[in-house]
Amino acid sequence: MDMSRLAAAIAEDLDVGFPRLVRALQDGVFAGALRLTGSRADAEEITQEAFVRAHRALAGYPPDRVRDLQLRGWVWTIALNLCRNRARTRRRHPEEPLDGWAVAPDPAPGPEQEALAGAEREHLVRHLARLPWPVRAAVVLRHVAGLPYAEVAIALGRPIGTVKSDVHRGLQALRRSLEEEP
Amino acid sequence: MNELTARLVALREPAPASILPGVLDRTGLADHFVTRASPLGPLFVAYSRRGVTLVDLALTAEAFTRRYEALLGRPVLPAAEPPARLAAALERALVAGRTGRVPLDLAGVGPFQEAVLRKAAEIPPGEVRPYGWVAREIGHPGSDRAVGNALATNPVPLVVPCHRVVRADGRVGRYSLGTDANKRVLLAAEGLDVEAHERLAARGVRYLGSATTRIYCHPSCRHARRITERHLVEFRDPGAAVRVGYRPCRDCRPQAA
Repeated sequence: MDMSRLAAAIAEDLDVGFPRLVRALQDGVFAGALRLTGSRADAEEITQEAFVRAHRALAGYPPDRVRDLQLRGWVWTIALNLCRNRARTRRRHPEEPLDGWAVAPDPAPGPEQEALAGAEREHLVRHLARLPWPVRAAVVLRHVAGLPYAEVAIALGRPIGTVKSDVHRGLQALRRSLEEEP
Repeated sequence: MNELTARLVALREPAPASILPGVLDRTGLADHFVTRASPLGPLFVAYSRRGVTLVDLALTAEAFTRRYEALLGRPVLPAAEPPARLAAALERALVAGRTGRVPLDLAGVGPFQEAVLRKAAEIPPGEVRPYGWVAREIGHPGSDRAVGNALATNPVPLVVPCHRVVRADGRVGRYSLGTDANKRVLLAAEGLDVEAHERLAARGVRYLGSATTRIYCHPSCRHARRITERHLVEFRDPGAAVRVGYRPCRDCRPQAA
């Protein structure tokens, strides 16, 4: 989906363009939120809430401003705030289980290789959760949500150089920690 | 891409299906549907904030919502009742047969089809007009076939009474909602004597005039139906009526050839 054309469509008619925005971005936002919060229920709530807030904001923006938005990065600024707030609340109320650290149950439990792949993914997710916040956010936005660096920078409100080195350091740390405790 | 980033990419997964309908509902953008009784059985009527989007017969709500998503590319949620104004307008359209000002959301319908549908919506209940009449009224005389196609893909049947447009030879013609027979059912339910209309047309009669008012009409026009037998004059074409000094009815507008 061409995001600048989508921004133009939204500037033209929010009611028509907005559902397309949700369709285009929901998978990335959900997958990212799931890996940042560790909870499937939280990720679902956050994804929904992020789009509701985005809609409210878009309704108040003049068309020119909407047209110039880097939509993915912009929606992620909202989603990241929600993820962060949720993580803080979770630290204060740690009794609630974090079901999402585990990887999605295989819908059709298949051959052994798949079970193995599932365990491996779970392992990776656990190590990913140990990275400090801005680094983890940068890694998740870049590689799980699939944002280009420029939009990761917008989402995190940090310079693109910082974001690149965060992702780089994040991957190094992740690789190290996976080697130390495979 | 190295092995680690490939493993991160593998952590992607699709958002749950509940997210889009939830967001649209909370932002007031969700389309909804209600069911209404009709002579053809329960009718599903869907609407957006802008107006009615789709009308269809369906066996189940699931079948309707599936069809809706496939056709319009967005989800539709069940509603207890539409907003009061829309509910009143729907009642007028489906019970009294008068589309009037039912708001319609015809995104994806081109200007020609929209003109056809708006024109069809002007035909009063229990009356019919030929395809050619619609073509002429919307400024495209002769495009009868295009009018037929536009009506065949009417997304809001019954609300826009495309069943009131029939063939010039008097036969009721095709109907897109269910079977062709449904068209007769709907017209009969509105009080049109379909057989009498067809018999008249089979004899070549296309217009009826009144010897007292010297006005000629489409046979199903409410004014034509009031003409007493003694004063009823049959015409095969507008020219014949005009030649003997009749003028066209201002309501059903059978135009002089």
